[in-house]
Amino acid sequence: MAETLVEVQHLRKEFDGTVAVADVSFTVQRGEIVGVLGANGAGKTTTIQILLGLIKPTGGNVTVFGQDLERHRVEILQRANFSSAYTGLPSNLKVWENLLIFSMIYGVNDHRQKTKELLDMFEIAHLRDKITGNLSSGESTRVNLCKALLNDPELLMLDEPTASLDPDIADKVRKLLRRIQRERQITMVYTSHNMRDVEEVCDRVLFMHKGRIIAEGTPQQVKDKFNQKSLEDVFISVARGGDVLAAGEAEAAR
Amino acid sequence: MNLRHIRALVLRYTFLYTRSVPRVAEMFFWPVMDLLVWGFLTVYLQRLEHQVPAAITFLLGSMIFWDILYRAQQAVTISFLEDIWARNLLNLFVSPIRVSEFIAATYVVGFVKILVTAGILAGLAMWFYHWNLFQMGLPLIPLFVNLLLMGWAVGMITTALIMRWGQSAEALAWGIPFLIQPVASVFYPLSVLPTWVQPIARAIPATYVFEGMRQVLDNKGLPLHHLAWAFGLNIVYLIGAGLFFRYMFGIAREKGLLAKLGTQ
Repeated sequence: MAETLVEVQHLRKEFDGTVAVADVSFTVQRGEIVGVLGANGAGKTTTIQILLGLIKPTGGNVTVFGQDLERHRVEILQRANFSSAYTGLPSNLKVWENLLIFSMIYGVNDHRQKTKELLDMFEIAHLRDKITGNLSSGESTRVNLCKALLNDPELLMLDEPTASLDPDIADKVRKLLRRIQRERQITMVYTSHNMRDVEEVCDRVLFMHKGRIIAEGTPQQVKDKFNQKSLEDVFISVARGGDVLAAGEAEAAR
Repeated sequence: MNLRHIRALVLRYTFLYTRSVPRVAEMFFWPVMDLLVWGFLTVYLQRLEHQVPAAITFLLGSMIFWDILYRAQQAVTISFLEDIWARNLLNLFVSPIRVSEFIAATYVVGFVKILVTAGILAGLAMWFYHWNLFQMGLPLIPLFVNLLLMGWAVGMITTALIMRWGQSAEALAWGIPFLIQPVASVFYPLSVLPTWVQPIARAIPATYVFEGMRQVLDNKGLPLHHLAWAFGLNIVYLIGAGLFFRYMFGIAREKGLLAKLGTQ
């Protein structure tokens, strides 16, 4: 039986009376890649940020590795990591310097070997001595991913990791993430607006709308549920509030 | 507290400062400019000695001490801003670093920066004006430590305000110390202040440091009374600043401000 790594129960978050996450419950099993989807304002970013301990929920419980997130935030974050297209590493430090600092933070043994291994894996070994601020966005994304894998995380949270990549690099990164997940059994929670990413990478998706999960299952199951050919069609239909939305909400209510 | 985390953050600032000419220059440029202006003003006033008291030489000591306080506050706040500017704050806050470790690292960086700046200023003051900061002897150490403690407390409060109100509050990093300056008896004794301002001045630890410095320079002995007040108030202020920071951190988590700050 698969081990539950993340358990979210009746999560609720209000910002000054505005409900961002209404009543969300889900689990993530060890080794799964779970995509959290939804249009802007659906509540997916808030949900992820709660999982990272950046936002305090208004209600509900979050346990990660069987520990309460609020009480054991530091212990949990030692075993997890995060990468986002919207964060950066100090721009006037060299790539190896940034990776060294995060190796120290996460207590990585033999950081030289680890850094070399990751830079090789992402095909950016030649960037080791480059100033981080001089990298292209594709290169920066890959350096960020190296940072996110330094501590061999059991749980990796990825916020639109391919957002700034050209199709070739995005494809490589997707394949690499799948390979890493297969080889290391890393559990991933993945948000993206790129439905192709999600279909290709995720084992399971949580489709969010107005702070609730309106569909959950494999990408194929979600497409079938909404009677659409692709997740992109599901996304557009949900965003535009068509009939499929009513079907999804009815499903969520059940 | 995990020392490895603090060491990592200090290393990050070391890399940053050893690579950046503007950052290194900032450590010296303004303090040296201040020293030159106040130093030459002091020289001029000394030439009019028959009209003004010899105590005018206190101005140089005041200027250097003020710079120590100001830089101590800046070190804490600017370190936080550096991570906002680099969009690195989120990476730090989702790592196993505790907020207390983050603050401790800024203290260490601030301490080193101040030692360097104060050393340079002391050297220049000796060279240009034959004014020896170390003539104060051992009392210099507790006076210095108190300025550092107060700078850290003010830095923590400023950082908490920036965390709460975001980059729009950035100006506070540079402005807040100057709210304190007029009442902290930096360049003039407490007795010069209007009677109704004096209780406010007495609530500021730096007031006792500057009064103590003048007492030492005036060869009136060890300013034990002033030091006791400065230490006592600084402990209260540091605890208060820590609680305020924790409160603001809680509000920032409640309102989702950390993530916004980290990706601005």
